[in-house]
Formats: sequence, structure tokens, C-alpha cells
Amino acid sequence: MSMPFYVAPEQQMKDRADYARKGIARGRSVVVLYYADGILFVAENRSQALHKVSEIYDRVAFAAVGRYNEFENLRQAGIRYADVRGYTYDRTDVTGRGLANMYAQVLGTIFSSGGDKPFEVEIVVAELGATPLQDQIYRLTYDGSVADEANFAVMGGSADAIAEIVSTGFRPGLGLNDAARLAVRALSSDGGQNAAPRELGVEALEVAVLDRTRGMPRKFRRIKGDRLAALLANGPEPADGAVDNAHD
Amino acid sequence: MKVELTSEFFRIGSSSFTDFVSRVAPDVLPSSRPALAGVGDLTPHGTTIVAATFPGGVVVAGDRRATMGNIIAQRDIEKVFAADEFSIIGIAGAAGLAVELVGLFQVELEHYEKIEGAPLSLVGKANRLATMIRLNLGLAMQGLVVVPLFAGWDEATGEGRIFSYDATGGRYEEHAYFSVGSGSVFARGSLKKLYRGDFNASEAAMAVIQALYDAADDDSATGGPDMARKIFPVVLAATEDGVQRFSDEQTAELIDQLIASRAQRPDGPGAPLA
Repeated sequence: MSMPFYVAPEQQMKDRADYARKGIARGRSVVVLYYADGILFVAENRSQALHKVSEIYDRVAFAAVGRYNEFENLRQAGIRYADVRGYTYDRTDVTGRGLANMYAQVLGTIFSSGGDKPFEVEIVVAELGATPLQDQIYRLTYDGSVADEANFAVMGGSADAIAEIVSTGFRPGLGLNDAARLAVRALSSDGGQNAAPRELGVEALEVAVLDRTRGMPRKFRRIKGDRLAALLANGPEPADGAVDNAHD
Repeated sequence: MKVELTSEFFRIGSSSFTDFVSRVAPDVLPSSRPALAGVGDLTPHGTTIVAATFPGGVVVAGDRRATMGNIIAQRDIEKVFAADEFSIIGIAGAAGLAVELVGLFQVELEHYEKIEGAPLSLVGKANRLATMIRLNLGLAMQGLVVVPLFAGWDEATGEGRIFSYDATGGRYEEHAYFSVGSGSVFARGSLKKLYRGDFNASEAAMAVIQALYDAADDDSATGGPDMARKIFPVVLAATEDGVQRFSDEQTAELIDQLIASRAQRPDGPGAPLA
């Protein structure tokens, strides 16, 4: 009779976490940040068909990195969850918090169940509130933990290097142009301080916004093609700290 | 009802909201309800919807009356809605069920668009609506008949198109103009004389409003413009820029013109004899 090896629960969880983290770090990154009129999503994504950023409901959007089939599965479940809720109750009863809770339960259950492999994904659920103060960016990791991000979230790839650049350039109330250029500059500088930034053109980017000024219930809008090129090209980017910090 | 997260939520391959809900929460769908004889008398009925195409789009208008027998149940009901960004649905028949069906159809289209990342084609939407009407046949047999009129801008062919339905889910494409509901016979007769192929959006809107006026003239279940309360028909247009609702001011202006000309000739504009 063969005896199974004993693996301490701590070790088991650590192994699973390492496994998930490695998978997530392999992919390209996504930056989610607040701008003056809402929430901006910028992903490095060379595919026009396989999205990393998506609409979930009127004021709720989803961004993800990691294994495509896994986060696509989560995205579809989120849309189903939101549409069923909105249909049975009211459109205003679909909230980002409810959705983030749902994802946390699902990811947490899969992570700690012995049978399945953990999901190699990290996701953001962002919600536009009635006022900018009520906007939310929830970031969920592979083990189901949820963080409520203050100004921005960066996931996947060299997230730390990218987050550092976003945090130095970020200030509340950035215009859409400035916010988009900051995100692209951060994504292209993922080699760290010493490496030269990579060139990221329109065809390598997936950009979308939850736009508070949009005059219809569905606030999600993709920005692509010529409009994206114009957004990124429009005027020189202000140097760090060159803009007054009146909003801080 | 509690939305319980089951494995159905993670199932692969379905882009239809109706199919999905029928598995996780069937009791919210009209088609799962028992069809009881005589239920048709328990809900108000909405009446006339008119649609007309013009080069560059299509307009749909509905009167504002709902009736229960000889009683006017509501004088400002809305029966014409944007189904999504490029299509319009107007509904005649059992009002409660009709409004529910419109809501379900709107979610159906939005759900598909979000899951698939691209909207259904206009014909695809029209076919989807036919399936939903078909599911409702049991209720229709008991008097809860819902007759929609679907119209929209077809991005593929670059034109406005109109689709009509019968209670069994039969779908028919209509050309130029169409009308459904109790006053539809009069509205169609009116449009037959008024319609021209070279309308612009506002002329097409005027034509459908004239048709609704003629329907209200001869059908007691169709409401005419309520001048005292300023309740006028709902008019929506679908063009390549999407669906737009005529504002209250725009409709009021058309109604004022209509009333002024009908004061001269109460039966409306005359058509040349030959």
C-alpha cells in the first residue's frame, strides 16, 4: 500500500498561490484609473477580438489579466448575474459591490478547494457612482481577496514597475487625454527605470471608459482606431509635477 | 426571488438571456406561467402602432391610450420603445404582458451584445423577437395577445426596415409602411394615401401622426392628441445615427400643424384623384 506524501496546508496554499501568480505575471498588463469624467481602462492587447476589458452593466465594467478562457468565463458569469438581477429587480439594483462579492466567492472557493487548480486571473470590477466620490475600483486576486483601490489599479505583467510610474503621474481630476497618455507611458515602461520604453501603438492597445457624461444609461464606451490615435497624440504630455496640484 | 449562483452561470456557449433565465429563474418569464381562460379581460389593452420608412431610416409612432372594455384605463401609456441603439419596438395588445415582453426583449439584445462583443444583425433581432412571441402562444390563446411591430436601421443594407408578427410568432417583412392594433385598419388606409417614397424624417413623422389621428377618428380604443393635457403620440426614428425620440416640442409642433390643417379640412389632406 502506498502512502500519500504529507503536505502541510500552509505549503499547499503557498504552492497554489505561486502557481497562480506565475501564470498572471506572464501576460500583458492592464491599467485602470480615475479621470475627470469617470474611469479609464487601458490594456496592452494586440487582439481586436479577444477583449480584456468589457461592459458588464450600465455603470459597471470589468477588466482582467491572466488566462483568457478563465477570465472570459468569469466575465460571462458576471454579465448573466447582472442581467438577471437587473431584470428581476431594477437596473439601479445592479451594483459593482454585489458583483465584486460574487467574484470573490467564486475565486475564493476555487482557490481553496483541493480538486481544481486555482484560476490564474486577476480582475478589476469598476463602478461609476452617482458622483465621482462614489466611484469604485475593486481589484480581485486569484484567491478571492478584494481590495478597494484608491486612485488606480495595475494588474498583470510587471505590475509593480507600471504602478510606480502611474502613481508618480497620477493626480485626481486628470483629463481623459492626460490619463490615457499616462497609462500608455506606464504600460510601455514595464522594463523598469533602466530599460528604454517600448513603442505601443494604437493596434497594441485596448482602451475603454465608463463615461459619466454619456447621455444614456449604458456608460461604457470603447475608444479605438482614429479616435484613440487622436486621444494619444493630442498635445504634449505635461511633465510630472508641472500641473498644479489644486485637486489634491 | 434570490439570484443563486449555480454552475449555469459558468456554462459555455449561450448568448441568449431568455434561454439562460429559463434555466435559472423560469418563474420570471411570461412563457412559464399557466395560461388561464379569460385572463385577457384582466389587463388593459394598448392599441395602435404605425411605422413608415423613409430614405435614411424608419419612424414608429404609437398613440397613448390603453383601454379595458369601454373604460380608458390610461391616457398616457407609452407603447413604443427603443429596443437597442438601432431598433424600435412598438406593441399592441395586452398591456401588462406587452411591457414585460419589451423589457425582456431589450435585455435579450443587450445581453447578446455584451456576451458576444457585437450586436445581432437587424434580421437576427427580428427573428429573436419571433421566437419570444411564439413562446407566448399559450397565453395568447387565452386572450393575452401581444402583437409587436419591430423596425430599425439595418447597418448591413443601409436602410430602415419594418417587421410585423402574428400571435403565433409568424414574422413578415413589411415594405414602406405598416400598422398594428385595433385602429390599424384606419391607419393603414390613411398611410396608403399619404405615403411617399421621398419623405424626410420629419415628413415621415407627420405621415404617421396623421395616420394615428385618422385611427383615433374612427376607432374608440385609439387615443387622439390630448390638447388640454398636452399628451401627444410617442414618435421614434431609427437612422444610421441610432434611435432618437422626437422631443415633446417637436411632436407638439407637428400636432399644431396637423390640428390647424384639420380645422380647414377635418378629414385630413386629400389625395389627387388620378
